[in-house]
Amino acid sequence: MPLSLEEVERIATLARLELSAEEKTRYRQQLSAILDYIRKLQELDTTDIAPTSSAPGGDSSLRADEPRPGLSRADLFRNAPETEQEQFKIPPVFE
Amino acid sequence: MNLELTDLTLMQAIEALRSGEISSRELTRACLERIEKLEPSLHAFLHLAAESALAQADEADRQQVTGDGQHKPLLGIPIAVKDVLAVEGLPCTAGSKILEGFVPPFTATAVKRLQEAGAIAIGKTNTDEFAMGSSTENSAYGMTHNPWDLTRVPGGSSGGSAAAVAARMVPAALGTDTGGSVRQPAAFCGVTGLKPTYGRVSRYGLVAYGSSLDVAGALGHTAEDVALLFSIMAGRDALDATTQDVAVPTIDLVGATLAVASGRGLAPPLHGLRIGVPREYFVRGIQVEVEAGVRQAVSVLEGLGAEVHEISLPHSEYALPVYYIISPAEASANLARYDGIRYGSRIQAEAMWDIFYRTRGRKFGAEVERRIMLGTYALSAGYYDAYYGQAQKVRTLIKRDFEQAFERVDVIAAPVAPTTAFPIGAHRDDPLAMYLEDVFTLPANLAGVPGLAFPVGFDGAGLPVGMQLMGQHFHEDVLLRAAHAYQQVTDWHMRAPSL
Repeated sequence: MPLSLEEVERIATLARLELSAEEKTRYRQQLSAILDYIRKLQELDTTDIAPTSSAPGGDSSLRADEPRPGLSRADLFRNAPETEQEQFKIPPVFE
Repeated sequence: MNLELTDLTLMQAIEALRSGEISSRELTRACLERIEKLEPSLHAFLHLAAESALAQADEADRQQVTGDGQHKPLLGIPIAVKDVLAVEGLPCTAGSKILEGFVPPFTATAVKRLQEAGAIAIGKTNTDEFAMGSSTENSAYGMTHNPWDLTRVPGGSSGGSAAAVAARMVPAALGTDTGGSVRQPAAFCGVTGLKPTYGRVSRYGLVAYGSSLDVAGALGHTAEDVALLFSIMAGRDALDATTQDVAVPTIDLVGATLAVASGRGLAPPLHGLRIGVPREYFVRGIQVEVEAGVRQAVSVLEGLGAEVHEISLPHSEYALPVYYIISPAEASANLARYDGIRYGSRIQAEAMWDIFYRTRGRKFGAEVERRIMLGTYALSAGYYDAYYGQAQKVRTLIKRDFEQAFERVDVIAAPVAPTTAFPIGAHRDDPLAMYLEDVFTLPANLAGVPGLAFPVGFDGAGLPVGMQLMGQHFHEDVLLRAAHAYQQVTDWHMRAPSL
């Protein structure tokens, strides 16, 4: 049950990945093989089994919601590809 | 002289520094010289911090003399840090072009705790891109070579750290383990590597891959060395809500008592220790010498007083498909943050959407793109229940296998990987074959239990054979004690590659 080229393109769009025609062909074949293997899970009956989302307990504890010092603006912007007046700069979104 | 310094284990280096026999500057410089000599053939490092390391070494030497560093168990010890753990001021690429030039303004908790204990981050080690891989061949900055045979992979994804320790470039290093990424390279390079219990070591500052699986661990020459680093890194951290408030076993860390730590903290013998050998881990396809090495090591443990039982972990064969749904699903969400806007590199475009598509499409490597797509597919409308939902339920079955096994035994002994280090390029165009390399390490991550890999022999080609011990949640000390006892009566862990 291989993925269609359209499915590969749909997934790439959802994941915001620009792929070349060659990549689409290659990933289609590779992902289809991986998915075939993964479908092995369908053979198990898990009707009454609860899902595990984390291990060991997954009971995240919550901290008190108190203000505390964080990173400075200078530190935050230092790694940005493009900034202007301490803001992240992107191309215009609206005309 | 320098060779002798770099041959020291972590514990030996600590003693030599404390006694004043050597200085941190001498040790750090010896490490840097050895790195410089071997990097061209190994490529274990992505960044070196020679200057700041030497400055910290001088400060450590000063504190050693004045006594200001009395309470710091790692004072003046150089360590290497896998390039997925943030160290303030040092580049952090996670082996990816998308993070090229990124210099984090903060330090990962695991690293910070070691630094507060006196350790010096000497450099960042190579890794498969975003820790996705089993060989370091997926690093965007060139692969690492195995110190035992340069034509073979060091394992992955913490291959740089394992190779650096094996090659005596550093006495110890940090790695991370999402599906075997500390244990498998430890086995391939003949070093000792601990994957702690999930939630035992903070993930703050760890570049996220699979958040319900990721954990930072330590690699060194001996179980004692790894135990010391672990006991310092571990414990509750307010910056990672999944860390648990469970007491961390302490080896006596302070001052002169270090010398007797081996006799008190991790003392053999193993009388009464129940070891389970799971039949599902000795299947067709496993290299004969790997099986023989593990079985031989189990009988050594038996000779030290342990009882050996055959056990079953019946859902083992499903760990691989479960992992390759859950980890890509989590990765696809975690890696959505790399958008070319806030940090990392950008490919400029006329429209904002095109910045996303192009930056991600061109800066992520093939394995990362495959896993993002796999995860996106498994979480997408219409497929969620069949893939992600089913995988989470089977994860419960795998966890239960361990719970049931640990009613009968204290420790599970198994191979780390089906083979010793494989040749470079062996799985180049077959991702599924590469995934199968992790078949014995993934279950511990899915169940969240700790695993410790250590060398138990060599195969006919002279490559290290590793064994792993797995234990109950938060029982790392049981694994470390067993491995320590083994290392008292064997010397595989002290063998060094000729480089």
